[in-house]
Amino acid sequence: MEPIRVEHLCKSFDGKPVLRDFSAVFPAGKVSALMAPSGFGKTTLLRILMGLELPDSGKITGLLGKKQSAVFQEDRLCRNLDAAANIRLVCPGLRREEALRAMESVGLAGCAGQPVRELSGGMCRRVAILRALLAESDVLFLDEPFKGLDAETKQTVMQDTKTRCAGKTVLLVTHSREEAQAMGAVQVLAMDQLAAAPGRQA
Amino acid sequence: MRSITAAKRKRRRHIRLWAVLVWLCVWQIASLCIGKEFLLVAPWRVVVRLWELGGTGDFWISIAWSLLRIGGGFLLGAAAGIFLAALSARFRRVEELLAPAMLAIKTIPVASFIILALIWFSSRNLSVLISFLMVLPVIYTNVLGGIRAADPQLLEMARVFRIPPLRRFRYIYTAQVLPFFRSGCTIALGLCWKSGIAAEVIGMPDGSIGEKLQQAKIYLATPDLFAWTAVIVCVSLAFEKGFLVLLGRLIQRVERM
Repeated sequence: MEPIRVEHLCKSFDGKPVLRDFSAVFPAGKVSALMAPSGFGKTTLLRILMGLELPDSGKITGLLGKKQSAVFQEDRLCRNLDAAANIRLVCPGLRREEALRAMESVGLAGCAGQPVRELSGGMCRRVAILRALLAESDVLFLDEPFKGLDAETKQTVMQDTKTRCAGKTVLLVTHSREEAQAMGAVQVLAMDQLAAAPGRQA
Repeated sequence: MRSITAAKRKRRRHIRLWAVLVWLCVWQIASLCIGKEFLLVAPWRVVVRLWELGGTGDFWISIAWSLLRIGGGFLLGAAAGIFLAALSARFRRVEELLAPAMLAIKTIPVASFIILALIWFSSRNLSVLISFLMVLPVIYTNVLGGIRAADPQLLEMARVFRIPPLRRFRYIYTAQVLPFFRSGCTIALGLCWKSGIAAEVIGMPDGSIGEKLQQAKIYLATPDLFAWTAVIVCVSLAFEKGFLVLLGRLIQRVERM
Protein backbone atom coordinates (compact mmCIF):
# COMPACT_ATOMS: atom_id res chain seq x y z
CA MET A 1 0.00 0.00 0.00
CA GLU A 2 1.47 3.38 -0.97
CA PRO A 3 1.94 6.12 1.64
CA ILE A 4 -0.05 9.35 1.66
CA ARG A 5 2.10 12.18 0.30
CA VAL A 6 1.23 15.81 0.88
CA GLU A 7 3.29 18.29 -1.13
CA HIS A 8 3.40 22.07 -0.76
CA LEU A 9 -0.13 22.33 0.58
CA CYS A 10 -1.48 25.85 1.09
CA LYS A 11 -4.84 26.86 2.49
CA SER A 12 -6.14 30.17 3.72
CA PHE A 13 -9.51 31.37 4.98
CA ASP A 14 -10.53 34.97 4.20
CA GLY A 15 -6.94 35.80 3.30
CA LYS A 16 -5.58 34.39 6.56
CA PRO A 17 -3.17 31.52 5.84
CA VAL A 18 -3.80 28.37 7.86
CA LEU A 19 -1.52 25.96 6.01
CA ARG A 20 1.61 27.37 4.39
CA ASP A 21 3.55 25.14 1.99
CA PHE A 22 3.00 22.08 4.15
CA SER A 23 4.62 18.84 3.05
CA ALA A 24 4.63 15.44 4.74
CA VAL A 25 4.62 11.71 4.10
CA PHE A 26 2.34 9.45 6.13
CA PRO A 27 3.56 5.85 5.92
CA ALA A 28 1.00 3.24 4.89
CA GLY A 29 -0.32 0.91 7.57
CA LYS A 30 1.22 2.99 10.39
CA VAL A 31 0.10 5.61 12.88
CA SER A 32 1.29 9.19 12.33
CA ALA A 33 0.58 11.82 14.93
CA LEU A 34 0.09 15.52 14.24
CA MET A 35 0.78 17.88 17.12
CA ALA A 36 0.60 21.62 17.47
CA PRO A 37 -1.18 24.25 19.51
CA SER A 38 -4.65 25.25 18.31
CA GLY A 39 -4.76 27.29 15.10
CA PHE A 40 -1.89 25.63 13.28
CA GLY A 41 -4.14 23.89 10.75
CA LYS A 42 -4.23 20.30 12.06
CA THR A 43 -7.97 19.96 11.55
CA THR A 44 -7.81 21.86 8.25
CA LEU A 45 -5.21 19.39 7.00
CA LEU A 46 -7.42 16.46 8.00
CA ARG A 47 -10.46 18.08 6.32
CA ILE A 48 -8.48 18.54 3.11
CA LEU A 49 -7.32 14.91 3.20
CA MET A 50 -10.90 13.75 3.84
CA GLY A 51 -12.05 15.74 0.80
CA LEU A 52 -14.16 18.18 2.82
CA GLU A 53 -12.07 21.22 1.88
CA LEU A 54 -10.19 22.10 -1.29
CA PRO A 55 -6.59 23.30 -0.89
CA ASP A 56 -5.56 26.59 -2.49
CA SER A 57 -2.54 24.83 -3.95
CA GLY A 58 -0.49 21.70 -3.43
CA LYS A 59 -0.70 18.02 -4.25
CA ILE A 60 -1.97 14.94 -2.40
CA THR A 61 -1.25 11.39 -3.55
CA GLY A 62 -1.96 7.96 -2.09
CA LEU A 63 -5.59 8.49 -1.12
CA LEU A 64 -7.30 7.64 -4.40
CA GLY A 65 -9.69 4.68 -4.10
CA LYS A 66 -8.96 4.20 -0.41
CA LYS A 67 -11.85 3.80 2.02
CA GLN A 68 -11.83 6.36 4.80
CA SER A 69 -13.30 6.64 8.24
CA ALA A 70 -12.99 9.34 10.85
CA VAL A 71 -13.48 10.47 14.40
CA PHE A 72 -14.27 14.16 14.18
CA GLN A 73 -13.73 16.69 16.94
CA GLU A 74 -17.51 16.58 17.43
CA ASP A 75 -19.28 13.24 17.86
CA ARG A 76 -21.48 13.71 14.78
CA LEU A 77 -23.97 11.01 15.78
CA CYS A 78 -27.55 10.77 14.56
CA ARG A 79 -29.58 11.77 17.62
CA ASN A 80 -32.67 9.90 16.39
CA LEU A 81 -30.88 6.53 16.26
CA ASP A 82 -29.66 4.34 19.09
CA ALA A 83 -25.96 3.73 19.73
CA ALA A 84 -25.79 0.41 17.85
CA ALA A 85 -27.73 1.82 14.89
CA ASN A 86 -25.28 4.72 14.64
CA ILE A 87 -22.44 2.23 14.28
CA ARG A 88 -24.35 0.07 11.81
CA LEU A 89 -25.24 3.13 9.74
CA VAL A 90 -21.68 3.22 8.40
CA CYS A 91 -21.14 -0.56 8.46
CA PRO A 92 -24.08 -2.06 6.55
CA GLY A 93 -22.63 -5.57 6.75
CA LEU A 94 -22.24 -5.52 10.53
CA ARG A 95 -24.82 -7.56 12.46
CA ARG A 96 -26.37 -6.04 15.57
CA GLU A 97 -24.82 -8.78 17.77
CA GLU A 98 -21.36 -7.94 16.45
CA ALA A 99 -21.93 -4.24 17.18
CA LEU A 100 -23.05 -5.15 20.72
CA ARG A 101 -19.93 -7.26 21.33
CA ALA A 102 -17.71 -4.39 20.14
CA MET A 103 -19.56 -1.99 22.40
CA GLU A 104 -18.92 -4.23 25.40
CA SER A 105 -15.18 -3.97 24.77
CA VAL A 106 -15.24 -0.20 25.38
CA GLY A 107 -17.55 -0.34 28.38
CA LEU A 108 -20.76 0.40 26.53
CA ALA A 109 -22.58 -2.81 27.39
CA GLY A 110 -26.25 -2.27 28.09
CA CYS A 111 -26.68 1.03 26.31
CA ALA A 112 -26.77 -0.22 22.73
CA GLY A 113 -30.51 0.27 22.44
CA GLN A 114 -30.54 3.72 24.00
CA PRO A 115 -30.97 6.73 21.71
CA VAL A 116 -27.67 8.61 21.70
CA ARG A 117 -29.41 11.77 22.92
CA GLU A 118 -29.82 9.96 26.26
CA LEU A 119 -26.13 9.03 26.54
CA SER A 120 -23.47 11.02 28.38
CA GLY A 121 -20.76 12.95 26.52
CA GLY A 122 -18.16 10.26 27.24
CA MET A 123 -20.47 7.49 26.03
CA CYS A 124 -21.22 9.39 22.81
CA ARG A 125 -17.49 9.83 22.27
CA ARG A 126 -16.93 6.08 22.61
CA VAL A 127 -19.75 5.37 20.14
CA ALA A 128 -18.17 7.81 17.66
CA ILE A 129 -14.76 6.13 18.07
CA LEU A 130 -16.20 2.65 17.68
CA ARG A 131 -18.13 3.70 14.59
CA ALA A 132 -14.90 4.82 12.93
CA LEU A 133 -13.04 1.68 13.99
CA LEU A 134 -15.69 -0.76 12.82
CA ALA A 135 -16.28 0.93 9.46
CA GLU A 136 -14.49 -0.83 6.63
CA SER A 137 -11.53 1.49 5.91
CA ASP A 138 -7.91 1.75 4.78
CA VAL A 139 -7.28 5.20 6.21
CA LEU A 140 -8.43 6.51 9.59
CA PHE A 141 -8.51 10.17 10.53
CA LEU A 142 -8.65 10.69 14.29
CA ASP A 143 -9.10 14.31 15.34
CA GLU A 144 -8.52 14.51 19.09
CA PRO A 145 -10.45 11.26 19.49
CA PHE A 146 -10.00 10.76 23.24
CA LYS A 147 -10.94 14.21 24.47
CA GLY A 148 -13.59 14.22 27.16
CA LEU A 149 -12.81 10.70 28.39
CA ASP A 150 -11.72 10.05 31.97
CA ALA A 151 -8.23 8.60 32.52
CA GLU A 152 -9.36 5.00 33.10
CA THR A 153 -11.78 4.90 30.17
CA LYS A 154 -9.19 6.58 27.97
CA GLN A 155 -6.70 3.77 28.62
CA THR A 156 -9.27 1.07 27.74
CA VAL A 157 -10.43 2.90 24.61
CA MET A 158 -6.87 3.69 23.46
CA GLN A 159 -5.91 0.05 23.80
CA ASP A 160 -8.99 -1.02 21.84
CA THR A 161 -8.32 1.63 19.19
CA LYS A 162 -4.70 0.56 18.80
CA THR A 163 -5.70 -3.08 18.34
CA ARG A 164 -8.43 -2.32 15.81
CA CYS A 165 -6.24 0.13 13.86
CA ALA A 166 -3.51 -2.44 13.21
CA GLY A 167 -2.52 -2.42 9.55
CA LYS A 168 -4.42 0.76 8.72
CA THR A 169 -2.95 4.15 7.87
CA VAL A 170 -3.86 6.37 10.80
CA LEU A 171 -3.53 10.14 11.13
CA LEU A 172 -3.95 11.10 14.75
CA VAL A 173 -4.37 14.72 15.77
CA THR A 174 -3.56 15.14 19.43
CA HIS A 175 -2.22 17.60 21.98
CA SER A 176 -0.60 14.83 24.03
CA ARG A 177 2.70 13.15 23.23
CA GLU A 178 1.71 10.30 25.61
CA GLU A 179 -1.38 9.59 23.51
CA ALA A 180 0.75 9.45 20.37
CA GLN A 181 3.15 7.04 22.05
CA ALA A 182 0.38 4.88 23.47
CA MET A 183 -1.12 4.61 19.98
CA GLY A 184 2.27 3.46 18.67
CA ALA A 185 2.86 6.45 16.38
CA VAL A 186 5.89 5.92 14.14
CA GLN A 187 6.26 9.68 13.63
CA VAL A 188 5.09 12.74 15.49
CA LEU A 189 4.84 15.86 13.31
CA ALA A 190 4.98 19.10 15.22
CA MET A 191 3.04 21.29 12.80
CA ASP A 192 3.95 24.54 14.54
CA GLN A 193 7.65 23.87 13.93
CA LEU A 194 6.97 22.88 10.31
CA ALA A 195 5.07 26.12 9.82
CA ALA A 196 8.00 28.08 11.23
CA ALA A 197 10.20 26.58 8.51
CA PRO A 198 8.01 26.70 5.38
CA GLY A 199 8.67 24.11 2.73
CA ARG A 200 10.40 21.71 5.07
CA GLN A 201 9.80 18.04 4.29
CA ALA A 202 8.48 16.16 7.30
CA MET B 1 -37.01 31.05 40.06
CA ARG B 2 -39.49 28.31 39.25
CA SER B 3 -38.65 26.08 36.34
CA ILE B 4 -41.36 25.13 33.89
CA THR B 5 -41.12 21.58 32.66
CA ALA B 6 -41.89 20.62 29.07
CA ALA B 7 -44.87 18.58 30.27
CA LYS B 8 -46.33 21.57 32.07
CA ARG B 9 -45.81 23.79 29.05
CA LYS B 10 -47.47 21.18 26.82
CA ARG B 11 -50.47 20.95 29.14
CA ARG B 12 -50.86 24.74 29.05
CA ARG B 13 -51.16 24.71 25.27
CA HIS B 14 -54.01 22.18 25.34
CA ILE B 15 -57.64 23.21 25.22
CA ARG B 16 -59.19 22.84 28.68
CA LEU B 17 -62.68 21.45 29.15
CA TRP B 18 -63.74 24.23 31.52
CA ALA B 19 -62.90 26.88 28.88
CA VAL B 20 -64.99 25.05 26.28
CA LEU B 21 -67.91 24.86 28.73
CA VAL B 22 -67.68 28.61 29.45
CA TRP B 23 -67.87 29.40 25.72
CA LEU B 24 -70.80 27.02 25.27
CA CYS B 25 -72.60 28.83 28.10
CA VAL B 26 -71.87 32.20 26.45
CA TRP B 27 -73.29 30.83 23.17
CA GLN B 28 -76.42 29.49 24.94
CA ILE B 29 -77.03 32.82 26.75
CA ALA B 30 -76.50 34.79 23.52
CA SER B 31 -78.98 32.62 21.60
CA LEU B 32 -81.54 33.00 24.43
CA CYS B 33 -81.08 36.79 24.40
CA ILE B 34 -81.52 37.01 20.61
CA GLY B 35 -84.45 34.60 20.71
CA LYS B 36 -84.51 33.89 16.95
CA GLU B 37 -83.24 30.48 15.87
CA PHE B 38 -82.47 31.52 12.30
CA LEU B 39 -80.05 34.18 13.59
CA LEU B 40 -78.30 32.22 16.32
CA VAL B 41 -79.27 28.66 17.11
CA ALA B 42 -78.77 27.24 20.63
CA PRO B 43 -76.00 24.67 21.08
CA TRP B 44 -78.37 21.91 22.21
CA ARG B 45 -80.41 22.39 18.97
CA VAL B 46 -77.24 21.85 16.97
CA VAL B 47 -76.59 18.59 18.85
CA VAL B 48 -80.17 17.46 18.22
CA ARG B 49 -79.89 18.33 14.51
CA LEU B 50 -76.58 16.50 14.30
CA TRP B 51 -78.21 13.44 15.85
CA GLU B 52 -81.02 13.60 13.29
CA LEU B 53 -78.62 14.03 10.38
CA GLY B 54 -76.43 11.18 11.66
CA GLY B 55 -79.35 8.78 11.19
CA THR B 56 -79.47 9.38 7.44
CA GLY B 57 -77.26 7.67 4.88
CA ASP B 58 -76.95 10.90 2.90
CA PHE B 59 -75.07 12.50 5.84
CA TRP B 60 -72.34 9.87 5.83
CA ILE B 61 -72.10 9.84 2.01
CA SER B 62 -71.53 13.63 2.02
CA ILE B 63 -68.78 13.28 4.63
CA ALA B 64 -67.10 10.48 2.67
CA TRP B 65 -67.43 12.46 -0.59
CA SER B 66 -65.72 15.57 0.78
CA LEU B 67 -63.19 13.63 2.85
CA LEU B 68 -62.10 11.65 -0.20
CA ARG B 69 -61.64 14.72 -2.39
CA ILE B 70 -60.14 17.16 0.13
CA GLY B 71 -58.01 14.41 1.71
CA GLY B 72 -56.94 13.27 -1.75
CA GLY B 73 -56.00 16.83 -2.70
CA PHE B 74 -53.96 17.11 0.50
CA LEU B 75 -52.08 13.87 -0.13
CA LEU B 76 -51.36 14.81 -3.75
CA GLY B 77 -50.21 18.28 -2.69
CA ALA B 78 -47.98 16.86 0.05
CA ALA B 79 -46.41 14.30 -2.32
CA ALA B 80 -45.82 16.93 -5.01
CA GLY B 81 -44.44 19.37 -2.41
CA ILE B 82 -41.90 16.81 -1.12
CA PHE B 83 -40.86 15.81 -4.63
CA LEU B 84 -40.41 19.39 -5.85
CA ALA B 85 -38.60 20.41 -2.65
CA ALA B 86 -36.14 17.54 -3.11
CA LEU B 87 -35.58 18.60 -6.74
CA SER B 88 -35.12 22.24 -5.72
CA ALA B 89 -32.65 21.31 -2.99
CA ARG B 90 -30.62 19.34 -5.55
CA PHE B 91 -30.88 21.71 -8.53
CA ARG B 92 -30.79 25.47 -7.99
CA ARG B 93 -32.35 26.08 -11.42
CA VAL B 94 -35.47 24.13 -10.40
CA GLU B 95 -35.80 26.30 -7.30
CA GLU B 96 -35.42 29.45 -9.41
CA LEU B 97 -38.00 28.17 -11.88
CA LEU B 98 -40.51 27.27 -9.18
CA ALA B 99 -40.10 30.40 -7.03
CA PRO B 100 -42.48 32.65 -9.07
CA ALA B 101 -45.05 29.84 -9.41
CA MET B 102 -45.07 29.15 -5.68
CA LEU B 103 -45.32 32.86 -4.90
CA ALA B 104 -48.24 33.19 -7.31
CA ILE B 105 -50.09 30.23 -5.75
CA LYS B 106 -49.51 31.66 -2.26
CA THR B 107 -50.66 35.19 -3.07
CA ILE B 108 -53.55 34.71 -5.53
CA PRO B 109 -56.85 34.67 -3.57
CA VAL B 110 -58.39 31.23 -3.29
CA ALA B 111 -61.70 32.60 -4.69
CA SER B 112 -59.92 33.51 -7.95
CA PHE B 113 -58.60 29.95 -8.25
CA ILE B 114 -62.06 28.54 -7.56
CA ILE B 115 -63.76 30.67 -10.23
CA LEU B 116 -60.99 30.01 -12.75
CA ALA B 117 -61.16 26.27 -12.07
CA LEU B 118 -64.95 26.36 -12.50
CA ILE B 119 -64.50 27.99 -15.93
CA TRP B 120 -61.90 25.43 -17.00
CA PHE B 121 -63.21 22.23 -15.41
CA SER B 122 -66.37 20.78 -13.87
CA SER B 123 -67.20 21.35 -10.19
CA ARG B 124 -67.00 17.63 -9.40
CA ASN B 125 -63.29 17.51 -8.56
CA LEU B 126 -62.89 21.21 -7.78
CA SER B 127 -62.07 20.61 -4.09
CA VAL B 128 -59.26 18.21 -5.05
CA LEU B 129 -57.59 20.90 -7.14
CA ILE B 130 -58.13 23.68 -4.60
CA SER B 131 -56.86 21.72 -1.60
CA PHE B 132 -53.90 20.55 -3.74
CA LEU B 133 -53.04 24.17 -4.57
CA MET B 134 -53.32 25.28 -0.93
CA VAL B 135 -51.11 22.43 0.34
CA LEU B 136 -48.41 22.46 -2.33
CA PRO B 137 -46.59 25.74 -1.49
CA VAL B 138 -46.77 25.17 2.27
CA ILE B 139 -45.27 21.68 2.13
CA TYR B 140 -42.79 22.71 -0.56
CA THR B 141 -41.49 25.67 1.47
CA ASN B 142 -41.32 23.75 4.75
CA VAL B 143 -39.63 20.64 3.34
CA LEU B 144 -37.12 22.73 1.36
CA GLY B 145 -36.35 24.67 4.55
CA GLY B 146 -35.90 21.36 6.41
CA ILE B 147 -33.51 19.99 3.79
CA ARG B 148 -31.51 23.24 3.84
CA ALA B 149 -31.39 23.17 7.66
CA ALA B 150 -30.05 19.59 7.76
CA ASP B 151 -27.00 19.38 10.03
CA PRO B 152 -23.95 20.02 7.77
CA GLN B 153 -21.73 18.09 10.19
CA LEU B 154 -23.81 14.94 9.77
CA LEU B 155 -23.76 15.38 6.00
CA GLU B 156 -19.96 15.68 6.09
CA MET B 157 -19.82 12.52 8.20
CA ALA B 158 -21.96 10.74 5.61
CA ARG B 159 -19.63 11.95 2.86
CA VAL B 160 -16.47 10.72 4.60
CA PHE B 161 -17.99 7.31 5.38
CA ARG B 162 -19.50 7.18 1.87
CA ILE B 163 -22.99 6.35 3.11
CA PRO B 164 -25.11 5.58 0.00
CA PRO B 165 -27.75 8.22 -0.94
CA LEU B 166 -30.77 6.06 -0.08
CA ARG B 167 -29.38 5.24 3.38
CA ARG B 168 -28.47 8.90 3.86
CA PHE B 169 -32.03 9.91 3.00
CA ARG B 170 -33.56 7.25 5.24
CA TYR B 171 -31.53 7.77 8.39
CA ILE B 172 -30.15 11.32 8.22
CA TYR B 173 -32.51 13.49 6.18
CA THR B 174 -35.79 11.91 7.34
CA ALA B 175 -35.27 12.78 11.00
CA GLN B 176 -34.03 16.28 10.21
CA VAL B 177 -36.79 17.19 7.73
CA LEU B 178 -39.62 15.56 9.69
CA PRO B 179 -40.26 18.43 12.18
CA PHE B 180 -40.50 20.87 9.24
CA PHE B 181 -42.81 18.52 7.30
CA ARG B 182 -44.96 17.91 10.37
CA SER B 183 -45.47 21.62 11.07
CA GLY B 184 -46.16 22.17 7.35
CA CYS B 185 -48.82 19.44 7.47
CA THR B 186 -50.51 21.02 10.49
CA ILE B 187 -50.78 24.38 8.69
CA ALA B 188 -51.70 22.83 5.32
CA LEU B 189 -54.41 20.57 6.76
CA GLY B 190 -56.28 23.51 8.25
CA LEU B 191 -55.90 25.47 5.01
CA CYS B 192 -56.98 22.67 2.70
CA TRP B 193 -60.18 21.95 4.66
CA LYS B 194 -61.18 25.62 4.77
CA SER B 195 -60.45 26.23 1.08
CA GLY B 196 -61.79 22.83 -0.03
CA ILE B 197 -65.15 23.45 1.64
CA ALA B 198 -65.22 27.03 0.27
CA ALA B 199 -64.70 25.55 -3.22
CA GLU B 200 -67.58 23.12 -2.64
CA VAL B 201 -69.86 25.93 -1.43
CA ILE B 202 -69.16 27.94 -4.59
CA GLY B 203 -69.10 25.01 -7.03
CA MET B 204 -71.90 23.04 -5.29
CA PRO B 205 -70.92 19.58 -6.54
CA ASP B 206 -73.71 17.04 -5.85
CA GLY B 207 -73.39 15.15 -2.57
CA SER B 208 -70.67 17.30 -0.99
CA ILE B 209 -70.63 18.97 2.44
CA GLY B 210 -70.32 22.32 0.63
CA GLU B 211 -73.60 21.67 -1.18
CA LYS B 212 -75.30 20.99 2.18
CA LEU B 213 -73.95 24.27 3.56
CA GLN B 214 -75.20 26.16 0.50
CA GLN B 215 -78.66 24.58 0.88
CA ALA B 216 -78.71 25.56 4.57
CA LYS B 217 -78.00 29.15 3.53
CA ILE B 218 -80.73 29.16 0.83
CA TYR B 219 -83.40 27.75 3.21
CA LEU B 220 -82.13 29.75 6.24
CA ALA B 221 -81.68 26.42 8.05
CA THR B 222 -79.32 27.72 10.71
CA PRO B 223 -79.28 24.47 12.78
CA ASP B 224 -78.13 22.62 9.63
CA LEU B 225 -75.48 25.27 8.97
CA PHE B 226 -74.09 24.91 12.50
CA ALA B 227 -74.38 21.12 12.45
CA TRP B 228 -72.45 20.82 9.16
CA THR B 229 -69.87 23.32 10.40
CA ALA B 230 -69.36 21.16 13.50
CA VAL B 231 -68.98 18.14 11.21
CA ILE B 232 -66.29 19.94 9.15
CA VAL B 233 -64.36 20.86 12.30
CA CYS B 234 -64.55 17.29 13.66
CA VAL B 235 -63.62 15.62 10.35
CA SER B 236 -60.77 18.08 9.78
CA LEU B 237 -59.37 17.51 13.31
CA ALA B 238 -59.78 13.72 13.06
CA PHE B 239 -58.04 13.72 9.67
CA GLU B 240 -55.17 15.82 11.05
CA LYS B 241 -54.70 13.65 14.15
CA GLY B 242 -55.02 10.41 12.17
CA PHE B 243 -52.58 11.58 9.51
CA LEU B 244 -49.96 12.71 12.05
CA VAL B 245 -50.23 9.44 14.01
CA LEU B 246 -49.83 7.42 10.80
CA LEU B 247 -46.91 9.61 9.76
CA GLY B 248 -45.20 9.02 13.11
CA ARG B 249 -45.63 5.25 12.78
CA LEU B 250 -44.35 5.30 9.21
CA ILE B 251 -41.24 7.25 10.22
CA GLN B 252 -40.57 4.82 13.09
CA ARG B 253 -40.74 1.93 10.61
CA VAL B 254 -38.52 3.69 8.07
CA GLU B 255 -35.87 4.51 10.68
CA ARG B 256 -35.81 1.03 12.19
CA MET B 257 -32.47 -0.63 11.60
